[in-house]
Amino acid sequence: MDDLLSEFLTETAENLSVLDVELVKLEQNPNDPHLLGNIFRLVHTIKGTCGFLGLPRLESVAHAGENVLGRVRDGELIVSAGTVSLILQSLDCIKGILSVLEATEAEPPGDDSILIAKLNAVAGGASADEVAGITAVAPASPLAAPPPPPFQPPFPVTARAPVASAPAAAPAPATPASAAPPPSEQTREVARVEAPQPPAELADEPEAARPSAAAAQSVEAIKDSAIAAQTIRVSVDLLENLMTMVSELVLTRNQLLQIVRRHKDSEFTVPLQRLSHVTSELQEGVMKTRMQPIGNAWAKLPRMVRDLSLELGKKIDLQMIGAETELDRQVLELIKDPLTHMVRNSADHGLETPDERKRASKSETGRITLNAYHEGGHILIEISDDGRGLNTERIKAKIIQNGLASESDLDGMAEAQIYQFIFKPGFSTAAAVTAVSGRGVGMDVVRTNIEKIGGTIELKSKFGRGSTFVIKIPLTLAIVSALIVESCGERFAIPQISVVELVRASADSEHRIERIHGTPVLRLRNRLLPLVSLERLLRLDRREGDATTESFIIVAQVGTYNFGIMVDRVFDTEEIVVKPVAPILRHLSLFSGNTILGDGSVIMILDPNGIAASTGEMTVSENAQIDAAAARDTHDHDRTTLLIFRAGDGGPKAVPLSLVARLEEIDLETVEFSHDRPMVQYRDKLMPLIPIVPGMKMQRTGRQPVLVFADGEHSMGLVVDEIIDIVEDRLSVELAADRPGFIGSAIIAGRATDVIDTGHFLLQAFGDWFHAGRDKLFDGRTKAKRILLVDDSPFFRNLLIPILSVNGFSVTSADSADDALTMVEGGGTFDVIVSDIEMPGMNGYEFARAVSASKWAGTPMVALSSHTSPQDMERAREVGFTDYVPKFDRDALIHTLNQLLNTEKVA
Amino acid sequence: MSELVASGKRNITRQGFAAEEQRQYVSITIDGQMFGIPVLIVHDVLGPQRITRIPLAPAEVAGSLNLRGRIVTAIDVRLRLGLIRRPATIGGMSVVVEHSGEFYSLMVDGVGEVLTLSASEFERNPATLDPRWRDISLGIYRLQDQLLVILDVNRLLDFTRHEAA
Repeated sequence: MDDLLSEFLTETAENLSVLDVELVKLEQNPNDPHLLGNIFRLVHTIKGTCGFLGLPRLESVAHAGENVLGRVRDGELIVSAGTVSLILQSLDCIKGILSVLEATEAEPPGDDSILIAKLNAVAGGASADEVAGITAVAPASPLAAPPPPPFQPPFPVTARAPVASAPAAAPAPATPASAAPPPSEQTREVARVEAPQPPAELADEPEAARPSAAAAQSVEAIKDSAIAAQTIRVSVDLLENLMTMVSELVLTRNQLLQIVRRHKDSEFTVPLQRLSHVTSELQEGVMKTRMQPIGNAWAKLPRMVRDLSLELGKKIDLQMIGAETELDRQVLELIKDPLTHMVRNSADHGLETPDERKRASKSETGRITLNAYHEGGHILIEISDDGRGLNTERIKAKIIQNGLASESDLDGMAEAQIYQFIFKPGFSTAAAVTAVSGRGVGMDVVRTNIEKIGGTIELKSKFGRGSTFVIKIPLTLAIVSALIVESCGERFAIPQISVVELVRASADSEHRIERIHGTPVLRLRNRLLPLVSLERLLRLDRREGDATTESFIIVAQVGTYNFGIMVDRVFDTEEIVVKPVAPILRHLSLFSGNTILGDGSVIMILDPNGIAASTGEMTVSENAQIDAAAARDTHDHDRTTLLIFRAGDGGPKAVPLSLVARLEEIDLETVEFSHDRPMVQYRDKLMPLIPIVPGMKMQRTGRQPVLVFADGEHSMGLVVDEIIDIVEDRLSVELAADRPGFIGSAIIAGRATDVIDTGHFLLQAFGDWFHAGRDKLFDGRTKAKRILLVDDSPFFRNLLIPILSVNGFSVTSADSADDALTMVEGGGTFDVIVSDIEMPGMNGYEFARAVSASKWAGTPMVALSSHTSPQDMERAREVGFTDYVPKFDRDALIHTLNQLLNTEKVA
Repeated sequence: MSELVASGKRNITRQGFAAEEQRQYVSITIDGQMFGIPVLIVHDVLGPQRITRIPLAPAEVAGSLNLRGRIVTAIDVRLRLGLIRRPATIGGMSVVVEHSGEFYSLMVDGVGEVLTLSASEFERNPATLDPRWRDISLGIYRLQDQLLVILDVNRLLDFTRHEAA
């Protein structure tokens, strides 16, 4: 049976038995608002869950019952025995349906309109007579009995309408002819009239309904409790207690095992092994009682998203992957709300309206994806949307507005650092506060909740492309996996969740600890990793004669901040039970708790968050850190991700990674030859293989790495010997090459590297059909669109001209803005101008202004730059660029050009 | 006598005993001085233990130790009283006491017997006593051959107040 359904059955069965008791109490004590509230809430819950599960019959009965109760609660109806028995009757009806539901997993067919009509009549203030009248006409069982064929309500037809079409409708029409007085007054009157005669009604009505219900129940009594008997509800506290006890047991077992290990051939060995076994199973069992699929926390999301999409007028597709991933119930409960909140946020702020999406050439339907999976003792939950992404500018403005940081502070911050502000209390960038979200309570609570359970939250976002939140949480709270390390003879535990990797540093190895004015740092994959010495941080005393140095580095991650913790030795990982430290030590933020290891010794658990915070508090290092981040960031603008490979003789060769469509390894036996040119069948097409060195002999067997370049329909494979690495570095061609196929040499990752000219190889591959194919590519456009490409870098010109040509544009290039402007005077005209921003002499912005002042004014201009921050884009738009494309994003450029020229044509 | 009760009221009410009663104390020695701890709050008396140091903790916190699966914080009473660290020649013992739900192990030089003392031997702190000692002392018992200082364990373990002062 569906988990959801069985849970619903258990829960509803419980609620119903509570209701029975409560209703009887209410009858005796009709004016207890607390009791009423409770009853109303219970019925409301049943109704709500039914609606959610798609059980219309149950829902409508519960709804009608709720209506009556609602009016009683609001003081518009006075509780009478009649009302109570009617409600009890509806509960019996619900129970009846439930028992069928439990057996068949489907609602039985049937009609409850009589009961509903009665309930509505009472809710509407109908007199007791009429209600009784309904009973007389149709004393059918409230169970799955088929409706009496020609159902004729004994009261006016006007009253029937709300019953049939909308049971939720205002109760007023249900009152018969005498509806003249205001309903409230009238109901009171009715109630007073009703009051003296409940015994008659009580005797009359339930008896009509009960026998069948009772009979059905006695038959199904066993079935009724089947589900309830299989599952019991146990308080989480009890489980919690059990868990703690088991944890203690595990620890004691570990201690015993260690003692016995020291005494060989002890008579305890065998029984202890058995104990150990049982303990492990017990631990597993107790853990299992607490494990639940994460889908339980997601169950309510589809409905919520559906409602949101209606409310917000957006099309939203919610994808849920990995719903079966299990995690500790306690953790589940704690992340439920944050998850709901984040999905809500994604729907409200993240996704755009269909119009906006269309304009951004995305599909109208926005997608929110939830993905949960296990990874190394943790659960990772990703919440991603393909919406507009975070607007760094808006966040910045908000930060300044809220006085959280100054403008100059922000200028020095990396995007990731700026994103961290959304986790600050009271921070909302939503321009408008909607009913859904945007009230500025949220992300800080989300983060606090997640950190409370030892988890972390990360945020990745790309403006215009969407955002992804990654939550990493431990499987269970009671036992965590920790790395045991030693420094100055003292051992500490570091929670595994924050450990990214371990690095061993020594003077003669690749990894060497270097010092800047005494501050240790480590070069790790082309980044400087700030190091924290545990010895210094914890002010440990190194014993004399202790020659070991802090040579192990634990790379830890806190949010987006990576740092290394230097320790002397690294031991094993151990499962530990986190215990809070004594109150007098609570102020030590560097420790998150302490624990007892298997050998019985007490060990302190380091808190990476605390370590990060405390090292950040040292102002000098913080500035250095921010500066470093800023430096790295500004640097990033000029950096290009390059693929380094080896082919032919000579040094390594490089190509911008963004130009490479895929890296493939082809089986050389599948290589075919056509006109003496090697080809492979690749994705149902023939792909020419081009060797970098002309005439290079290819092996006939084995596998060969190939860089696949693709342009529209065509792809071509560049045959290389070995793919070495992908590095991010400045690309500045220092020596121009005179060899065809090479742009020149550059220093990449400290080595002289030949940068290849992709255009050359593309031409080589497509040379044959280059011109022939143009018409085809043009889709009937007779004349090639003329493009003026302004870029000071020969590399980019060489790179882009072939690409643009292949796509059917006629390209004229200029190596400076001045050069381009002379063409104006020369009388040249172009359909579109593509210009770099950073150029020596006149830069792109100035050029754009000059163009709009010239007779070229009106020609669409596309800015091409490696700076893709929103403020750059804004500035470019201001000076007259029509569009802004990041350098190296070939597809975007082609797309933009096509779009611009097509709209031109239409206009 | 009445004067003694009146002046000692603060301390006595704090510890909640009446002057007429007989009280039992575990006697301990620190740096040659004898101290008493009410026997009812003593959970354990331990010999030398393996103690895990807690970096950055107040100096008086010697570390933590494992007492039958419970983590107990060890307090070096010598340092708490402003005395020098215990010389290595003295092995040292510990008295485990409970204070607001947590266990603390008070490290002392030695633990003696349990003494039953009557209120008539009780004396309030001499006015000239070192303020630091006066703060953690509930009063003095006159024993035959020496004086016994009653330790106010609550105050001894109240680090926040101490730090604020």
